[in-house]
Amino acid sequence: MSAAASLRRIGLPRLIVHVSVLVICIIWLIPTLGILVTSFREAGQITASGWWTAFTGAAETSAARLGEPSTARQEGPNYVISGSVFEGGKGGTVRAFGTRVAAPTEFTAGQPADIGNGETLTINEDGSYTYSKNAPFEGRGKRVYLSVATPPSFTTENYRTVLTSQGIGQSFVNSLTVAVPATIIPILIAAFAAYALSWMEFPGRALIIALVVGLIVVPLQMSLIPLLKMYNEIGNFFGVSSRSYAGIWLAHSAFGMPLAIYLLRNYISGLPREIIESARVDGASDFEIFVKIILPLSFPALASFSIFQFLWTWNDLLVAMVFLGTGKDQLVLTGALNALLGSMGGKWEILTASAFITIVVPIIVFFALQRYLVRGLLAGSVKGG
Amino acid sequence: MISQIVSAVGVVIAGVFVCALYYWLSDRILQIVFPVPVDNVRSASVNLNRRAMVRPWLFLGPALILLVVYLVYPVVATFILSFYDRSGGNFVGLANYRWALQDAQFRQSIFNNILWLAVVPAACTFFGLVIAVLTDRIWWGNIAKSLIFMPMAISFVGASVIWKFIYEYRGGSETQIGLLNAIVQAIGGSPQVWISLPFWNNFFLMAILIWIQTGFAMVILSAALRGIPEETIEAAVIDGASGWQIFWKIMVPQIWGTIAVVWTTITILVLKVFDIVLTMTNGQWNTMVLANLMFDWMFRGGGDSGRSAVIALIIMAAVTPIMIWNIRQANKEMGGH
Repeated sequence: MSAAASLRRIGLPRLIVHVSVLVICIIWLIPTLGILVTSFREAGQITASGWWTAFTGAAETSAARLGEPSTARQEGPNYVISGSVFEGGKGGTVRAFGTRVAAPTEFTAGQPADIGNGETLTINEDGSYTYSKNAPFEGRGKRVYLSVATPPSFTTENYRTVLTSQGIGQSFVNSLTVAVPATIIPILIAAFAAYALSWMEFPGRALIIALVVGLIVVPLQMSLIPLLKMYNEIGNFFGVSSRSYAGIWLAHSAFGMPLAIYLLRNYISGLPREIIESARVDGASDFEIFVKIILPLSFPALASFSIFQFLWTWNDLLVAMVFLGTGKDQLVLTGALNALLGSMGGKWEILTASAFITIVVPIIVFFALQRYLVRGLLAGSVKGG
Repeated sequence: MISQIVSAVGVVIAGVFVCALYYWLSDRILQIVFPVPVDNVRSASVNLNRRAMVRPWLFLGPALILLVVYLVYPVVATFILSFYDRSGGNFVGLANYRWALQDAQFRQSIFNNILWLAVVPAACTFFGLVIAVLTDRIWWGNIAKSLIFMPMAISFVGASVIWKFIYEYRGGSETQIGLLNAIVQAIGGSPQVWISLPFWNNFFLMAILIWIQTGFAMVILSAALRGIPEETIEAAVIDGASGWQIFWKIMVPQIWGTIAVVWTTITILVLKVFDIVLTMTNGQWNTMVLANLMFDWMFRGGGDSGRSAVIALIIMAAVTPIMIWNIRQANKEMGGH
């Protein structure tokens, strides 16, 4: 029985625990749910009503013009114009109407409204209206404002738009181009280094381990200025652009290297000594031991780190902005999203769909490989405590 | 686009191949340079020793080169650059440091960073601990944990869009489509432009990082809670301690080390926080933090490497105590082996 299980018998009533965890989960989930739902709504609906009303239908404000005075007919002392506010447009259910743009919900649908000037207007839920006046109508057809309930409708149009015309498709490929090599290269390099630091005796080993541990926390910001200068000089010297995929791969590899070596060394040094000793006795070289024994045995640690590194490179903005540039063709997803926030601020159909595309890959990776991620976190953190 | 995918795949394969080739080839060369003749025991053992001396450095080589070029050298170079002018060409002594002390924006950033440091690690650890305790006690706890842990996979930029939508403000009589303003309106308040609200806007940005990082704290602390020896709690139960007392007096003291690790890990992250501020406000409305100010000066008016370096060094200085503590801890562990 675990500590938590025994606490179960004493503390709070069960129900309170269930309810509070449920509430916390909802709070944690709602932000993401918001953009997911919004990304499937039409632009007009997004601005007309909150996303939480998406499933119950939105109340959209629209304008319509009543019939021209020439269409009026006389009924007793009154002149009457009738027709439908949905003529030539899409249908819906009128909830309320008004005569001023600022108050589209002034009058309830279906009830006659006295709109002043001796005029009475009734707009029914199905859109048909009766507009009467105790004197002849003048001027143009009257403008009215309607609050129309539209049935819930969802669309994938936003995704098509951002993938094709907003450059998100290109950025998706760029992100993959950055993240995949930047995940695989450091693992190989770090694994060899971790093996050397675990199972080979040489002077300075303790010093290098201390260096690696120290470098884990060095802020990226310390590296940016000198590296940018160095990249520019190399670019100038060879007459090539200083901003290249190779450059960012190496940068990401190096920045992930201390943690990679640390995690892998923790794991590899914990492998049973007998296996390695007996392989040595059998005459296997270190290279063979590494490839045939260490690599397969370290799979869990390699998986843990590769998830970290992939999430980190995919989600990174700073390194990409500095080393890959901010040109439209070079933007990774995070950069593209950042640019859209500037240029498309308020266009939530574009922003939410783009945001969802950027987070969908890491979320899939997360749910598929969560076990390894947790294991890596524990190896990296609890050990230090 | 297709060609880019093909070339990316090609590069991945080539990169892995080159890496593997290096390790394999260097090992081969080592064997050729220091042969182990069967008939000469003396020279064989000498060469075996030489191989054993060289081989670690072949294995470590690429990693060490990357570490030195991308981390060790830049730290030194940034330190030196902080004494030079904007182009890095002329020595200016302490001028950049003097500038920093007098710059209003720099002070603002320091103030905001301290605010972030005071709030975010504490909030994440607290929520993480509470959620860890609660979820450990119910059958669907693991599902709940997954959901709360999930934001960790989301980029800071993505999270910023998510939260910007929650903080969305629409003027006049327009319908509030941001969740926060809709709630405020529903309970009778008046909608606000949250991210430009002086001082408090910092907290709205912090909420994003807390949302992302609480899952991390929860996972680590949950594991630590499970590691607490059963007897200690049994004993407390027998002595008649309440659930509350058991939590604070028995459980928390035993996971103190892990709490410290979680706290420092998030502290380091907070010091480097950049993406959230960049995408939410770009430092406007008094939300600037050091990492953003540093980035700003890297490129502002063609870039000022001196001032930028000073700001980076401040972040580095704040991290240094944690770094020293980590190294000591690692050394202690190795001594125990």
